[in-house]
Amino acid sequence: MSRLDDTWADKPGWWGFVTTVDHKRIAARYIVTVVAMLFLAGMLALDMRLQLSVANGTRMGPQLYDESFSLHGSTMLFLVSVPVMEAMGIWLVPLMLGARNLAFPRLSAFSYWLYLGGVLMLWIPHALGITPDLGWFEYPPLSGPGYAPGHRVDIWAQMITFTEVAALAASVNVVATILKMRPPGMTLARMPFFLWAMLIASLMTIFALPAVMLVTSMLIADRLVSTQFFTPAGGGDVLLFQHLFWFFGHPEVYIIFVPAVGFVSAIVEAFSRRPLFGHIAMVLSLLSISVLAFGLWVHHMFAVGLPRLGNDFYTAASMAIALPAGMQIFCWIATIWSGRPRFATPMLWVIGFIATFVIGGLSGIMVASAPLDLQLTDTYFVVAHFHYVLVGGAIFPLFGAFCYWYPKATGRLMSERWGIVAFVLIVGGFNLGFFPMHILGLEGMPRRVYTYGPEMGWDGLNLLATLGSAVSVLGGLVLVANALVSYWRGTPAGPDPWGGPTLEWAAPSPPPPYNFEHTPVVTGIAPLWEHDDLPVMTGLNDEAREVLVTSVVDAVPIYRQHSSGPSVWPLISAVAVSAMFVGSIFTAWAVIWGMLPIAIGLILWFWPVRGRATSGPLRTRAR
Amino acid sequence: MTAPRASRRVGDLSGLPESASGPRHLVWWGNIGFMLIEGTGFLLAAGVYLYLARQTPRWPPAGDMLPGLLWSGIFTVGLLASDIPNVWLLRRSHAKDVWAVRYGTALMTILGIALAVARWFELQHLGVRWDHDAYGSALWLLMVLHTTHVITDLGDTAVLSVWLFTHQVGDDQFADVGDNANYWSFVVLAWLPIYLLVYWVPRWM
Repeated sequence: MSRLDDTWADKPGWWGFVTTVDHKRIAARYIVTVVAMLFLAGMLALDMRLQLSVANGTRMGPQLYDESFSLHGSTMLFLVSVPVMEAMGIWLVPLMLGARNLAFPRLSAFSYWLYLGGVLMLWIPHALGITPDLGWFEYPPLSGPGYAPGHRVDIWAQMITFTEVAALAASVNVVATILKMRPPGMTLARMPFFLWAMLIASLMTIFALPAVMLVTSMLIADRLVSTQFFTPAGGGDVLLFQHLFWFFGHPEVYIIFVPAVGFVSAIVEAFSRRPLFGHIAMVLSLLSISVLAFGLWVHHMFAVGLPRLGNDFYTAASMAIALPAGMQIFCWIATIWSGRPRFATPMLWVIGFIATFVIGGLSGIMVASAPLDLQLTDTYFVVAHFHYVLVGGAIFPLFGAFCYWYPKATGRLMSERWGIVAFVLIVGGFNLGFFPMHILGLEGMPRRVYTYGPEMGWDGLNLLATLGSAVSVLGGLVLVANALVSYWRGTPAGPDPWGGPTLEWAAPSPPPPYNFEHTPVVTGIAPLWEHDDLPVMTGLNDEAREVLVTSVVDAVPIYRQHSSGPSVWPLISAVAVSAMFVGSIFTAWAVIWGMLPIAIGLILWFWPVRGRATSGPLRTRAR
Repeated sequence: MTAPRASRRVGDLSGLPESASGPRHLVWWGNIGFMLIEGTGFLLAAGVYLYLARQTPRWPPAGDMLPGLLWSGIFTVGLLASDIPNVWLLRRSHAKDVWAVRYGTALMTILGIALAVARWFELQHLGVRWDHDAYGSALWLLMVLHTTHVITDLGDTAVLSVWLFTHQVGDDQFADVGDNANYWSFVVLAWLPIYLLVYWVPRWM
């Protein structure tokens, strides 16, 4: 054991901190950063709700309000929702595979540092008074060079580049790990549902995110080197931006939602104490969601005047995706119904998720209809809908996942009592805050207005929405406080406090740097429920970092792969990439000259350490 | 359950090799992942070009010159020809031939430099600047995307070659040479639809 510790432990102190490639440490810093972002975005939301709680509110002027909702939306979508799902994958995938690390350890470190670059890219300029103010999707012509001078738009666009490169790096890592590093016996047919969800979400990321990187780069080019992509006078087209943005933007909703489906399934399975009902049907429904999600983007553009036939097609496609999503809900209910359910905190979050997400799904079917959408678009009905889908559909399962895997990550149990308090406050406050927005939207209250007159009669419901939001934020603080206090004072959890079915529960809590002493062998879909003891294979090297590589379909062992050790080069490369991204806001030459330090960083990152040549023209010669 | 779970040894992995080649190797899959990302980028950029082409009655717009065929032809023929030694290098990397991977990567570096020079002249004969109109912007978008890939793989091949000449070559480095060769084939294949789009679609429209 001590040899394994020596091999896999990081160096102590700050050097270990900046060089670590331990997927658990990287995921932990991802999650801590996400929680900080969630807090800031929540404070912005509360501030906006205070402004809207009374007619003719004077807390904010239009500019500050524009900045607030732009910062809130951009932070929640790009710096919270997508990264936190990547982070959960980075933490959980190797543990659920019984593996010692991810496929490309240094790539995961690079991914975090670039994500942090995105955070700083948005929030440091904000601290200096330069805040994007055109919403979370900055449509031209408003964001073009003619209407948006200065650098607010560039900051937003480059923040996206940072976070998307980070997410792509994480996704390639997760896909390669799931396909090539499954333990012996874990054929694709025996792969836990959560891993299917992470595999599918990561593949969707690979196909969706290039669209937003391309479109924001085109926007920056229009602003910096006068290309004419979105300038009608030069033959460009403003709707092209919307097509590319939503070709990414709609799948992104599912990139956030699909891992959440994985969390819910893992929790439902563990707390119903039976394997997931309809496992194959669930996997197939996820696959169909992932395909359909790429054919829906135009439903975000019903109001821009596209041909009728196009609108009809996208209405039908949008309604079709309700079928696989609905089937999943029935499978979860069937699992709970036919199992022996235990309603601990993680399971409560699942119940909160199902109730809230179904409401969001139903309002989704309403706005999927092009004629109805024309009435409802840009009203508070849409604000209510997407908060029900994103908060109810992704953040509630995330909180459930947090409570479920917290003992594994920390070795301590969270307080159940305070867990229930947080759940009631958050779910109750959320519904109190956001349900009235449906009615406000139907009454015609537009989104993105900083105030309204008393004659509109919207103040009562707005006050209710503000109260609900405040209760929800209070619940969030209770959740975080519970996590912090439990970290030091929680009851020791042991390796498997919930009796979970998947391999991570066979590792110690918290897992050591190498995760597992030996490689687990899997004989069924719920491996820990198959045997009282764990079948394992020995033989991975204790004295060098090694991981097992297996075949894609049947997980037959192929070879032992050397796994990269700690390195400072991912950080230095990320700094070089950041310098290029920031510089490219100001001059196109930064893209050319910025490549040089990036190339040096990457060369030193990948430089293999082996002896000097003893053959060939450049061999070392004995003196 | 609070007690650690007992384990039962059912096999041993110490006899497994320490490397593999082709799709059996882990890094091959990472390489495919990045090709998928960049391939999607190419497809979307081609979509941008075709979308903008549909927005105007004439493509290229009246007054714009068509892109020149001489240097682009030289580049295209050269690029296709370069894949012959590239595929040979891929096969020799599977055969773990030290001499071949050293001199093969050196040859590919020289070919890459020659192609970069041809590309430089090709860019001088596109007939329109990126800021002239949307046609110019879309044309340059495709060219810049592809040129970035040519330069990136050239840099990678050059560094790999220097390393191979100065170090003892292990199994993982043969796999690296194979992945690098695959990537070059991707750069070659990606060029063909872009070439048709940039040079021939405006002539046929």
